[in-house]
Amino acid sequence: MTHLLPPEFFTATVPLNAYLILSAILFAIGACGFLFRKNIITIYMCIELMLNAVNLSFVTFSYQFGKVDGQIYSFFVMVVAAAEAAVGLAIILTIFRNRNTLQIDEIDTLNN
Amino acid sequence: MDVILFTFFALVAIVGAVSLVLQKHPISSALSLVSVMVALAVLFLLLGAEFIAAAQLVVYSGAIMVLFVFVIMLLNAGAERESRKGGLAQFLGLPLTAILLVLASMVITQSMGNAKAVKFGAFSGGGPREVGWELFTRYLLPFEVTSILILIAIAGAVVLARKEID
Repeated sequence: MTHLLPPEFFTATVPLNAYLILSAILFAIGACGFLFRKNIITIYMCIELMLNAVNLSFVTFSYQFGKVDGQIYSFFVMVVAAAEAAVGLAIILTIFRNRNTLQIDEIDTLNN
Repeated sequence: MDVILFTFFALVAIVGAVSLVLQKHPISSALSLVSVMVALAVLFLLLGAEFIAAAQLVVYSGAIMVLFVFVIMLLNAGAERESRKGGLAQFLGLPLTAILLVLASMVITQSMGNAKAVKFGAFSGGGPREVGWELFTRYLLPFEVTSILILIAIAGAVVLARKEID
């Protein structure tokens, strides 16, 4: 296998910008879903997607500076996301029990 | 090898994210999000963040997504219905997100022009030993504060989700 391919194939590197732009793309897709979807659980998953995209940026900058600090930040983001998921899903359960719906445009009492 | 792994898992992540937004059923969206998270764990590994990659798999695709799927099945959430009214977000959402993406890409390419290229194995400071050392020395106070946050979250979840006693 090794002699069939040129040696540059195994030593080629990915530019750091590619990771950052991937992170921006994932964040933009998450923001799009947050704006367009109407199901409260899907909106919640879009928020998790945006948090994950930011984590990728943190870890990329941690690589760039050769320090572990960025990874610690992304660890804290994960912990906060876990706590947020527990409380948020409990809120969704309560809303569903009281309103019997998950569509956000049917939960508009504060708007009227 | 780096290029192939990055391209493949970046594509998996983007396709999974688009599928998360486009799927009508919440369960399909949840499974798409799991694929995004697994792909991101591999990218973390490529960047030398071994501990974060493991935590991503265990905490995100393990615990949080199981919680999501559990709630979706508990509420018997069906496919999303069409919205009655299109708000401001319906018209401005897509152009504004595109502008955000273009601006972010421009800033990244201009300010990070001389960044070093990513090579697997070049940075090995992300193992459990190094992360744990930083976490329990320089970041000890934030770490303890998160434990209080999680305690509050447990209490809040129990209070919110309990059945009303008549």
